[in-house]
This record gives sequence, C-alpha cells and structure tokens, in this order.
Amino acid sequence: MISESSSFVKGVVLGGAFCMLVTLLGHAKVGHGTKAHQHEHHHIQAPNKEDVLNLSEGERMELSKSIRVYCIILVKPKDLGHWAAVKETWSKHCDKVEFYSSENVKVFESVALNTNDMWVMMRKAYKITYERYKDQFNWFFLAYPTTFAIIENLKYFLLKKDPSQPFYIGHTVKSGDLEYVDGEGGIVLSIESLRRLARVFEDSDKCPEQGGMIWKLAEDKQLALCLKYTGVFAENAEDSEGKDVFNTKSVGALIKEAMSTHPEEVVDGCCSDMAITFSGLAPNHMHVMMYGVYRLRPYGHTYNDALVFLPPEG
Amino acid sequence: MASSKSLMNLLTFTFGSAIGFFVCYLLFSIILEEQVKIQPHILHNDPHGQHSADTDNNQLQGQMNFNADSGQHKDENKNIAEGLYQKVKILCWVMTGPQNLEKKAKHVKATWAQRCNKILFMSSEENKDFPTVGLETKEGRDQLYWKTIKAFQYVYDHYFDDADWFMKADDDTYVILDNLRWLLSRYSPEQPIYFGRRFKPYVKQGYMSGGAGYVLSKEALKRFVAAFKTNKCSHSSSIEDLALGKCMEIINVEAGDSRDTSGRETFHPFVPEHHLIRGYLPKTFWYWNYNYYPAVEGPGCCSDLAVSFHYVDSVTMYHLEYLIYHLRPYGYSYRYNPDSAKNPEEQSKNEALEDNQKLKQKVSEN
Repeated sequence: MISESSSFVKGVVLGGAFCMLVTLLGHAKVGHGTKAHQHEHHHIQAPNKEDVLNLSEGERMELSKSIRVYCIILVKPKDLGHWAAVKETWSKHCDKVEFYSSENVKVFESVALNTNDMWVMMRKAYKITYERYKDQFNWFFLAYPTTFAIIENLKYFLLKKDPSQPFYIGHTVKSGDLEYVDGEGGIVLSIESLRRLARVFEDSDKCPEQGGMIWKLAEDKQLALCLKYTGVFAENAEDSEGKDVFNTKSVGALIKEAMSTHPEEVVDGCCSDMAITFSGLAPNHMHVMMYGVYRLRPYGHTYNDALVFLPPEG
Repeated sequence: MASSKSLMNLLTFTFGSAIGFFVCYLLFSIILEEQVKIQPHILHNDPHGQHSADTDNNQLQGQMNFNADSGQHKDENKNIAEGLYQKVKILCWVMTGPQNLEKKAKHVKATWAQRCNKILFMSSEENKDFPTVGLETKEGRDQLYWKTIKAFQYVYDHYFDDADWFMKADDDTYVILDNLRWLLSRYSPEQPIYFGRRFKPYVKQGYMSGGAGYVLSKEALKRFVAAFKTNKCSHSSSIEDLALGKCMEIINVEAGDSRDTSGRETFHPFVPEHHLIRGYLPKTFWYWNYNYYPAVEGPGCCSDLAVSFHYVDSVTMYHLEYLIYHLRPYGYSYRYNPDSAKNPEEQSKNEALEDNQKLKQKVSEN
C-alpha cells in the first residue's frame, strides 16, 4: 500500500514537472509568435496632454518643425473642380504638396504618371516620391481630391511616433483576412514604410504592377497587401476617447448618422475634436471647411498647445 | 508476487503522472489565458491600451451637456469667455411655433441656446414641456411683427432686470454668443442702440435683417415697449424687420455698425457657403442692393468672429456647433487677431494721416 501510494505521488510530481517543462517551452515559442503576428486589429492613438507636457519649450519648437509631411494628391482631369479646391485650400498647409495626375493638364502643374489605372498611379507616385524625397520628409500623406485634411492635427497625431518605425495609418477596414487603410480617409506612411514599399515594388511576385488579370483589387487593398509582405500592418487612428480621426465621410454625413443613432448628443457622438480628414466633399465644401476650421471660432477660448504652426504664405 | 506488485506500482505511477500532468495543464491554461488578455496591452505603446471605445458613450447618454466632454477640452482655457458671460448678460428669445418645435427649435435648444444667460422660446401657444411662452397670437408670416412686439413686451415685463442685452433670433438662426458678447462689450446697455445685419432701403439709418437676428440694448428695449403704449409706433405691418427698424428710428435708437475691427460683417442672412463662394448668390439677387455697407463675397464676406447665420437647417446647426466649439487645428496661430488695436495696414494708414495733420498744423502756424 505504502509503496503504491508513494509511487502514485512520485507519478503526480513527475507528471506535473513534465507538464510544466512542456508548457514553458511551448509558451516561449508562442510568445515569439504573438510578437511577430500582433493581434489582428491595431488601434493607434493620439498623444495625451500628459505625454506632451513632458517636453520642454525648446523641444516643442523643435518638434513642431521636425515633423515634415509631404502630401501626394492623386488626380485625374475629370477632378479639375476638386483639384482646384484642394490646391487653394488645405494642401497649402503641407510642408510640400504635389499633384500626381493620370495625364498632363494645362491648367495646373502636376507630375504626369501617364496611366489611368489607380493602382499603377499609386505605385508610380510612391516610387517617385521615395526616389526624390526620401531624405527631405519623414511622413507621407496620400489623399484623393475629395478629401479635406487638417495637417496640423496630423502632425499633432504623429508627435511622438518614430518615423523610422514602419507606420501605415488611417481609417482601417477589414476585408476577409486583410486589414487595409481606406484611401478615402487618407493614407499615412512613415519613411520606413515607404522605404520598405519601394523595395517590395521590385518584387513582381509579391507586389505585381498589374493588380490582377481577371479580378482587379482596389488600389488601397493592393497597397495593404504589398506592405503586409514587408511586415507593415495597417493601424486605425483614434483620439484619446476612441473616436476615429481619419473619416471617409463628410461632417454632414456623419452628423446625419449621429442624429439617427444618438439624437441626444449628436455632436459628441459624431466626430473627434482632433479630426484629421473628412471625405466626399464637394469643392464648395472645402472652402466652407477652411473658414470653419481655420477662421471661425468663439472669442475668449484659448489653448495651451505644445506645438506652434504658423499660417502658410498666401 | 513481486512482479505484480511492481506492475501495480508502475500503474499507479503512470496514473499519478497522468493526473499530475492534467491538473498542471489545467492550471497553466487558466493562467495563460489571463496573460494572453494582458499581453496585447503590453505590446502596444498606448498609454491607454483600451480596446473598446464604448465606455465613453454611456457617460453622456441622454444628456445634452457639452461641458461633460472634458477629455478633448483639457487644453482649453475659457476664462475670458466666462468673464464676458458674467459681464455682458444676454437674454435670447427665439421666434418659433408649435409645428416647428420638434423640427427646428429642438436643435436650437440642443446647440447654441444654452450659451445665452437666459433663453426663451416664443410661440403662439404655451408648451409647458419644451418649454415655450404662449404669446396668444396666431401663426403665419403676417403675424411676425405682432409676435415680435408681444415677445419683447413679455421679456420687458418678466426679465428686464435680468439682462443687459436682448437678442431676437429665428428657429433657423445659429448664434455664436461668445462673439456677440465680444461685440457688445464695447458698448453700454444704457445706450439706445441695436445691432444686426444692416440693410439700407426704406429707413434712413437702415434697419436690421430679421432672419440674421438683432440685439437691443436695455435702453432700446425700454423705448421700444414704451413706443407702443404711447402709440409712437404702429402695431400693424406684414414685414417684421422693416417695421421694427422704422420704429427704432422714430424713438431715436441708433442702428449700430456690427462689423469687426477689420470691417467684416458679423451677422449673416444666409449660411456660410452662400457668402463664402463667389458667384453663389446671383448678381441680380435682392441682397446686393439691400446691404448697408458694400457687400462682399468670398473670404472677405465674413468675420472670423461671426455672430450669426440664417436659414440654418438641423444638420447645419450641429455642423456649425462642431466646427465652432469642437474641431480646431492644433497649435495653429490664427491670422486675424481681434485684440490688436487695429490691423497693421490700418495702423500705418492712421500714422500717415496723423503725420499729415501735424505737417498741416506746422505749416498753418508758420
């Protein structure tokens, strides 16, 4: 009896020890696994006031100037009205903006890409951008001419993010297994992401120039696929309260939605105070947004902001 | 005998090890599950590694309190605005009717109305729930002047001592109270004066557009109410703003200049888009002939510190509320500074004028 019970106890101890060993080994492997394959849906947030208060005066000035954003606007001749509006309004707030057009247009200066295919346009635009500007800017913002962007809020959002890390930020959508940034809301790439993208463009297996023979993939999805091969994953941008800062709809459309879903607190339910983009805007609306964002305000409300941005020339 | 015993031992040993393994496995799987939940938060760089944004919505459900949204407004300093709120007391009354309470007045109440020191909704009939004041009139465009007279009478009878200025607006007008206070802070409520979007026809000193809203000083209100008791002004008219304007002239209440320090209009008879977009309002439109000051379209149309817009539908009410009180460009240094004495152009113009006058004086002395 005693010998049996002792052998039983020995068995239990050995079984436990063996199990512990196996689990720890397996956990170490799993641990590495989760690091490489981070959980599917990334949320990336704006800096909090506390983060920003830790910076000294000198650091703040330097920071304001150190975040350099290059804007790529993909246009076609049919977008002339929107193109003009973007040119006259928010794009002036980029450190540099260039219009990448499907074809040369007499009225406006642009980089002619000589193709009508959106994916080919996007590829070429990114490739040219990387070749020409890789040493001059650390963040690259791509938008369509129906989008309105507030570059100051974009810079604030990027404040404590290291551009030598692979960031790919915007309004994300999940399509099956693929999470991609919706082009309508604007696409933000860090210089590191752009570098990796330029490299994977050389690989026609992973990142073909022609989307697909039979079944063409939308250009923003195609971009996500190519980036995924380089280990860059889409991240959804939110403010400190979890609201999206990149929007694929206009303020009006979002307000209508908020009026039906939460009629008691429409404005709070609608949009972020630090919103960066709205989309689906007509050219007139861009001018109204410029007035509403950069001019119209209530007297007697001041802010203690950590960054300083001066109005652009003209 | 021995072999069966050792066999027993072996069996119990194996059985024991199986149990040990199983129990240990259970324990570990429970512990690991907890860790898996925590891990994503650690792998993220977010100081607030939250996954669900739902907690915030629950806070504000059913409440119309914009001040509860403290998260986004942590950097905001409202001292000056709050000081003006105490110093320049404004009573607002909104012209509405029973059929418009849910369609229009509700959205006024949900947005700018709460920023008045006192808000009243004036209707032909009383509604205790909304609430609205019942003026005991009929509804309709031809009743507007009569409603206006009765509304101002009601305000005078019940709230005269509670405010310095008395603002009338429609239920499709959006008013920016902070900017109205800034405009009025330069004047005294004892002055007989009123402000709005000044129109020039029919009245020598001009009259104020009804839709863009207008605001009477305490003294102006006193005189207006008295004018009806003494029959100085007539009670009947089908054009509310014109009739009021005529009355103001009769009782010597000045039609003030509501433009900002750079000469831009602050009260607007239309929504921003109609004023900002060149060519939106056709050149044959009545508006161009009515404006007292030269009418401007494009960016010069409208002050940064605009006071009102008109023909604002429900969506646009919230749109304006969002653009004015919520969305802002972080760190941006605005071009127009309302507190600089004059803008640089004007300042150098004035200096040149002064120099010229000094020179003339010197010459005349010699």
